[in-house]
Amino acid sequence: MQEKLKELIADLKEEEALELVKEMLSNGADPMDVLETCRTAVEIVGKRFEEGKYFIPDLLMSGEIMENISNIVKPHISAETEEKKRGKVLIGTVEGDIHDIGKNIVTFMLEVNGFDVLDIGVDVPPEVFVEKIKEFQPQVVGLCGLLTLAFDSMKNTIEALEKNGLRDKVKIMIGGSPTDEQVAKYVGADAHGKDANAAVELSRKWTEGN
Amino acid sequence: MEKSPQELYEEREKRFMDAVQLKVPDRVPIIPCLDFFPAIYAGITFEEAMYDYDKAYMAWKKTALDLDADMYWNSYISYPGKGLEVLGYNLLKWPGKGLSADRMYQFVENEYMKASEYDEFLADPTDFMIRTYYPRVCSAMAGLQKLPPIHGGYWQGIFGLVGSFGDPEVQESLKALMEAGNIFAKWFEFLGNFNKEMEALGYPNALGAATYAPYDIIGDTFRGTRGVMLDMYKNPEKLLAAVDMVTPWALEAGINGAKASGNPRVWIWLHKGCDGFMNDEQFKTFYWPGLKKVIMGLIEADLVPYVYIEGDYTCRLETIADVPKGKVVYHFEQVDIYKAKEILGGVACISGNVPNALLCTGTPEEVKEYCKKLIDVLGKDGGYIMDSSACIDEARPENLKAMIDFTKEYGVYR
Repeated sequence: MQEKLKELIADLKEEEALELVKEMLSNGADPMDVLETCRTAVEIVGKRFEEGKYFIPDLLMSGEIMENISNIVKPHISAETEEKKRGKVLIGTVEGDIHDIGKNIVTFMLEVNGFDVLDIGVDVPPEVFVEKIKEFQPQVVGLCGLLTLAFDSMKNTIEALEKNGLRDKVKIMIGGSPTDEQVAKYVGADAHGKDANAAVELSRKWTEGN
Repeated sequence: MEKSPQELYEEREKRFMDAVQLKVPDRVPIIPCLDFFPAIYAGITFEEAMYDYDKAYMAWKKTALDLDADMYWNSYISYPGKGLEVLGYNLLKWPGKGLSADRMYQFVENEYMKASEYDEFLADPTDFMIRTYYPRVCSAMAGLQKLPPIHGGYWQGIFGLVGSFGDPEVQESLKALMEAGNIFAKWFEFLGNFNKEMEALGYPNALGAATYAPYDIIGDTFRGTRGVMLDMYKNPEKLLAAVDMVTPWALEAGINGAKASGNPRVWIWLHKGCDGFMNDEQFKTFYWPGLKKVIMGLIEADLVPYVYIEGDYTCRLETIADVPKGKVVYHFEQVDIYKAKEILGGVACISGNVPNALLCTGTPEEVKEYCKKLIDVLGKDGGYIMDSSACIDEARPENLKAMIDFTKEYGVYR
């Protein structure tokens, strides 16, 4: 049944997957095992995305299925368990820009790949980045922007990190449709990620040994 | 002898039409699409551009004349701030309303129509628009929610329908509409005056009318990105029915707009069909059939579909090549230019692809180098219009000037 569930989720068959979860739980399946199966299924989704077989709608759909399964499973769980994470990534869309689709996809892919991700939202001023980085202490910071106007906000954000002595403590990647390596250099970031997979790769590289 | 503005005007129109019809023009046309660049260039804030038409007029005119490209953009794309304010327009945040004075307005996505409302929308779309959609999208139109079904005004039903217009909240909304109506009418008049002056100076308007791909109408303004993407799995039939229903709306908007302006260039702004936003099968099911109907309808009306494509479209090239020869412009933000020329060359005119990041952060030399490649590859034997990847806000003026001047010089067909 676990295998079957994994397949249904990975193939984005929502109704059948939800039915099966209910059936498994009523047959006495361990809710933690069900969630673990979901996690491995989402890993498959992430892998298919990396391979170019799945696209953004597929990620959203798998997220939707996961949410609905969690809602069914949660009442059956007594206590939360901690799992070991690969590393910490803080991500946000910079000041003056309210675009979030790309950022959400990157967040999804990082989480699927085992990162502890703090998404601090859109239109985030430099001082909020500073404050949240101090609190969360990530190894990697992702700055998003879809507007060319976001370039200067990225620059200001990185300058604010410098002033607060945080620049050397984190690796910074930027992303969003108009950004490229040249923009990364311009704003003072460590790298540019052209898509969610690149963001995962960069984060992996920067958190190796964790 | 110097050419008259009238001669220049005709020469520019011909250059454009030659490129569209895949004839070899005298040189590569250069039509840079502008967002708020003129405001930055002329030193006014974005807020001023949206609220002070005199300043906007000055800024856009100065930019058009200094750039001296083949066509101009008026400040249509900056919208009238006061009008949006009176409407309480929830689809946007703009400078002066939720954003600081020097920021580009931005779109606020939401599920303005819920998945559970498809049936209502499909059964009586106009009623749904008036009593449900407009009140959500425009706060000032909230009173219209209190109207009874608009179709109910037959025989004695008219009494109840009209009676509901006595409701103070309905009347508040009608007053706001009248106030906004005056503002928008003045704004259109201002744009009309601007266009007249630019045309007298010899420049055609790049923008004749605007419309959208049917799938984007549903995705952008009714269901939101997440909503429409999930609908492809959860409500595919309803989504398709809605796309079908709004397809004639999209065509009508293009044709009526072009009739009003007397200008054949109908820009179709594409958003949610790019690579990564759906798979190929989904593109061929939900996106392309509706878009193609709009393109074909515009062609039948003797108009030029100017398809402005956001995102990467390399995976879609084969599909979108299925249009009549020499009738369509495809403007690309990101695309494999070699594949684009190979697949679309001989079918459609290509435009765009100078990265906005390069215009922002590069040097004039780097811009020229990039434009040279575009002219060599995409401009080979005609069928290319030089333009940036996306509408321009920020750019180093010397870079934009380099893109234009270099094209005039190197883009000449000999």
